[in-house]
Amino acid sequence: MGISNIIFAVIFIAAVVFFAKNVGKIRRNILLGRDEDRSDNPGERWKTMARVALGQSKMTVRPIAGIMHIFVYVGFVIINIEVLEIIIDGIFGTHRIFSSALGDFYYFLINFFEILALLVVLGVVVFLLRRLVMRIQRFYKPEMKGWPTTDALNILWIELVLMAAFLTMNAADSVLLQASADQLASLGLEKYTSDLQGGFVASQFLTGMLPQDLTTLAAIERTAWWLHIVGILAFLNYLPYSKHFHIILAFPNTYYSDLEEQGKFTNDDKVKKEVELMMDPNADPFAAPAPEEGAEEPGTFGAKDVQDLTWKNLMDAYSCTECGRCTSECPANQTGKLLSPRKIMMDTRDRLVEVGKGIDKNGKDHKDGKALLNDYITPEELWACTTCNACVEACPVNINPLSIIMEMRRYLIMEESAAPSELAGMFTNVENNGAPWQFAQADRLKWAEETD
Amino acid sequence: MSEAMKVPTMAEMNAKGETPEVLFWVGCAGSFDDRAKKITKAIVKILNKAGVKFAVLGTEESCTGDPAKRAGNEFIFQMQAMANIQVLNGYEVKKIVTGCPHCFNTMKNEYPDLGGSYDVVHHTQFINSLIKDGRLQLEGGGTFKGKRITFHDPCYLGRANGVFEAPRGLIEKLDVELSEMKRCKERGMCCGAGGAQMFKEAEKGNKEVNIERTEQALETEPDVIATGCPFCNTMMTDGVKNKEREDNVQVYDVAELIATAEDL
Repeated sequence: MGISNIIFAVIFIAAVVFFAKNVGKIRRNILLGRDEDRSDNPGERWKTMARVALGQSKMTVRPIAGIMHIFVYVGFVIINIEVLEIIIDGIFGTHRIFSSALGDFYYFLINFFEILALLVVLGVVVFLLRRLVMRIQRFYKPEMKGWPTTDALNILWIELVLMAAFLTMNAADSVLLQASADQLASLGLEKYTSDLQGGFVASQFLTGMLPQDLTTLAAIERTAWWLHIVGILAFLNYLPYSKHFHIILAFPNTYYSDLEEQGKFTNDDKVKKEVELMMDPNADPFAAPAPEEGAEEPGTFGAKDVQDLTWKNLMDAYSCTECGRCTSECPANQTGKLLSPRKIMMDTRDRLVEVGKGIDKNGKDHKDGKALLNDYITPEELWACTTCNACVEACPVNINPLSIIMEMRRYLIMEESAAPSELAGMFTNVENNGAPWQFAQADRLKWAEETD
Repeated sequence: MSEAMKVPTMAEMNAKGETPEVLFWVGCAGSFDDRAKKITKAIVKILNKAGVKFAVLGTEESCTGDPAKRAGNEFIFQMQAMANIQVLNGYEVKKIVTGCPHCFNTMKNEYPDLGGSYDVVHHTQFINSLIKDGRLQLEGGGTFKGKRITFHDPCYLGRANGVFEAPRGLIEKLDVELSEMKRCKERGMCCGAGGAQMFKEAEKGNKEVNIERTEQALETEPDVIATGCPFCNTMMTDGVKNKEREDNVQVYDVAELIATAEDL
């Protein structure tokens, strides 16, 4: 073990620890949400996760983006098997430790990884073209200004660099191993003697661009190696700060999907208790409320801030990668209204991160006087929703922006009585005459007597 | 009252000691809106033609609470729901058919937790089952034969509850050409009435949702825009008028298509 192995081990451990710490924070933030039971029906949940996250079933509804995404996704997941080898090599100072054990199969694997790497490059280039050249509309909505767009481009450039480093490393390596063992030994490069035969399927085309001097080649190989692995570790630690965290949360988020029909909205249990009491002929309206054991303070109706949402709403927010499929299907957004379901998710996450930072700094009960409602999401956005579920259907990782919109509407109505005046009229009608319009309930069967 | 428009109420049936095989839940639009009342009558005619022993609640029916719920007023929703459930359970209702996807959705999905579990079906599903059981025969498309028809999926029937084929199955029985919009079924676009939008002005934007949706429907160059929801019907009818196409494009509920084709 040399000094470089110690440096590697330190970087590696630091990266893992720092990442774990940030994941812990995100977990804590998500658990600031209200409780909701999503533990039922594990069989169906595993299936949903396998289909939607692993199988990318909703991505391919839009075929071009869907297929390119599968290239990048499969490429990254599988190529990262090689990271295991890199870590072992890095710590123990070996070189391509799996090559002697796996023999021909290793050669096959690396070739396979290289093809995947090419597909990743293809996917990333198409994504860059869609954003920068075709300028697809949904990437240029108001909520995408600034950091969200920078974030998206950062991810794509980083992925290109990682793939370039991987291919360069292989190219340099494949030239080196064609040199004779004596030659390599005379330069102190013994470790490049391996059982690999010739070049690899993709990186062989890069060898022509490389210098022939073995010492320089070894330096290039080392540089690419370090760039690749340090790049991956840095990228890993970028995730918690980025929309790209979806690569992790897509799995639990689809596992905890809403398995009910999309049309089924929750019935607020707090309301249910009150209404049941109201309708109970035996209830004494003047009786003091029975002192319940361990009675909790009744929570707010609906949601004003992130803590009033459920943990699943908050997990949704961290799972969002801001692709904007929801917004592009939203009838309100399409007709120029302020509402964008993607913005609802981004606002929820931004606010949650802000609340989390407040807690880190000032303790658990810290209040900063701000809220998701009004400081982030305006009533105008909330009232533009037709509750049509198009956003829910469009989301490739089963995020439900509508659920957040509904909770915030409930807050506006039941805590603030802040209904648009026409809706207040509709409520009165439903309450007084059992129809959203001013028609008497006694006239409900009149249609049967009318002839056209 | 003609035989075709016979509409018994639950109270009448109950007084005679009879039980209907299905309750026809008319809904507020179906009871009060002039356009929607025609859909209600079409459904009644179809039920009578098939010899279905049905009843309505009549003056005992009340809003399901759906518009209040979607607008965020959970109190009014649950009060309406529980009052309706008392009536429905009082009559020991087992099966409900309705022409309104909003009533359909909320009674099917949201009433069970509040104590009201019924087998709730949309009228297009029910009519399909009548055909399947041989109780109703369709003789072909009548006046609609050979016409081009596009179907607008009501959100609360289609996406919200996965009912896509029932209305289409009925349309296809009319010897017509069913031409789909680009956005249909799971990806169907809202008419703009959902979420209590029906009862308020839209927020500021650059277009009305129903105009956008009507344009999508008109792209298929239809003779008829069919739908299965009284609110969608209003929105699409207004859209067609706005586009000044009411002379050659009609908006009909699937029930009306069948009742008209069968000359009921």
